[in-house]
Amino acid sequence: MTDWIKKTAAELADALAAGEVTSVELTQAHLDRIAAVDGDATAGIHAFLHVDAEGALAQAAASDERRAAGAPLHPLDGVPIAVKDVLTTQGLPTTCGSKILEGWVPPYDATVVRRIKAAGLPILGKTNMDEFAMGSSTEHSAYGPTRNPWDQTRIPGGSGGGSAAAVASYEAPLAIGTDTGGSIRQPGAVTGTVGMKPTYGAVSRYGLVALANSLDQAGPVTRTVLDAALLQELIGGHDPLDSTSVDQPLPSLVDAARQGATGDLTGVRIGVITELSGDGWQPGVMARFQESVDLLVKAGAEVVEVSCPTFVHALATYYLILPAECSSNLAKFDAMRYGLRVVPDAAKNGGLPSAEDVMKATRDAGFGDEVKRRIILGTYALSSGYYDAYYGQAQKVRTLISRDFAAAFEKVDVLVSPTAPTTAFELGEKLDDPLAMYLNDLATIPANLAGTPGISVPAGLADEDGLPVGFQVLAPALADDRCYRVGAALEALLAAEWGGPLLAQAPAVEEIR
Amino acid sequence: MPEISRDEVAHLADLARIDLDDAELDHLAPQLAVILESVASIASVEGLDEVPPTSHPIPVTNVFRDDVVVPGLTAEQALSGAPAREGQRFSVPRILGDEQ
Repeated sequence: MTDWIKKTAAELADALAAGEVTSVELTQAHLDRIAAVDGDATAGIHAFLHVDAEGALAQAAASDERRAAGAPLHPLDGVPIAVKDVLTTQGLPTTCGSKILEGWVPPYDATVVRRIKAAGLPILGKTNMDEFAMGSSTEHSAYGPTRNPWDQTRIPGGSGGGSAAAVASYEAPLAIGTDTGGSIRQPGAVTGTVGMKPTYGAVSRYGLVALANSLDQAGPVTRTVLDAALLQELIGGHDPLDSTSVDQPLPSLVDAARQGATGDLTGVRIGVITELSGDGWQPGVMARFQESVDLLVKAGAEVVEVSCPTFVHALATYYLILPAECSSNLAKFDAMRYGLRVVPDAAKNGGLPSAEDVMKATRDAGFGDEVKRRIILGTYALSSGYYDAYYGQAQKVRTLISRDFAAAFEKVDVLVSPTAPTTAFELGEKLDDPLAMYLNDLATIPANLAGTPGISVPAGLADEDGLPVGFQVLAPALADDRCYRVGAALEALLAAEWGGPLLAQAPAVEEIR
Repeated sequence: MPEISRDEVAHLADLARIDLDDAELDHLAPQLAVILESVASIASVEGLDEVPPTSHPIPVTNVFRDDVVVPGLTAEQALSGAPAREGQRFSVPRILGDEQ
């Protein structure tokens, strides 16, 4: 019997087209896998907050009918997918990992979800995440953490740890993530999977519950670079419902991935970012990174070191701009129109509670610690008297970070770094040390500030702990194809060395059912 | 370097409409002080007088569409997640103070 769950999305699409399998069979195989390994908050991978077996099987049956009639909607029609719980899904719960949205069922689909449905991909369910996408470990989910399939005592990264773990544990061949400061790429790095943050505006944000509007970007979470390219081409493109959506076509991403997979990078200029190495970078991460760079040189690439001096201020810039935007965005959770409403017994002065009393009680009960920290920090950064010194200053440094990218891309085609400074840390290790948690996003944040695309591909296992290391490729805005080309080349060269994908080296995930 | 006191955190939480209790203030205030101390390094970046601020990574100018009516949510859909409703309206707690 074919082990369908281990196949890539591209292979599944071919098998469906060849009539070797039906979408119902594929969808059922993944639902069985979820039932076997996903568990709940207390045990198992816990990648999913909500599984929609009935809906997914109905979509799969419809896909099979279309295919039988010779009219599939898309090459990926019938290939199942998981969606991060920050994108609205009509008729399916959307919690953003927060108690404040527990039980909320959105009345509309995000554009990304609408495009997935229009292409016929059955949606298996909604994946776990740090509350409102704030975090690097998925431990800030109000519904309990996701566990890393490589070692269930470790974090799966965040905020999109659910999507990455689902793909890494073969619960889904494809998933959607969102990346505000690294929430697609860092989970990809620590779970040995592929995560791509497209150019800002290349994928619609309509229906993506905003954390920070100027930084958020949805993108693919997959096991291969080619699958990521296929998925970005499906979900990307201009959307009139998102005024920040880019209204110009990108070069073919699938072609770029296929070209890269030949392993030839002759003439490609690659810059290693000086500032993203040194103290605090795990030796095993740096070793795998350096070996990957050496492979790219053997493939014909020309590698130089490039300095981006303002990147040392990127973390401070990000943690002023992001809280400022998030404190404003999350003001909408006011207990009036949807979501949780907590009515205190009485107002502070003893009278009937007012709307404001209800808001305060609801937001205290509905938000977790990290969300409260960031809202308060943002409120501070935007206060009169501090605005210029913090938020205003951060906006200017943001300009310098974009200029660093622009200057670097005068000299090279892509920039590279390790995706995260360390491998997956222990669950609980940094939970009450927010600053240590933030440092995990050091290498991923600059691309969000500048709106440039970035991909993380597996680079091997660190010697110290045997856990996955990610290799990041950054490109200029709208040149997402370069991420796919270089990412696919590295993937092919490493697979040739390893005799297969990195995930083939992962320990089997324990079945808990 | 700015200090952030427990009282200031309480005031900011009030502005942000979050009813923090004493235990939460004790827990969050020192953490916020540490974060703030770190991000305050931004104030030391020099030579920014001539640098324009970036509010958005990709230059966006006014984005228009044709002024045509498109379907929106029905009242039923819009009210579907309401914590409380009355007919076709959201039902909310009193919004005025005792003296108003």
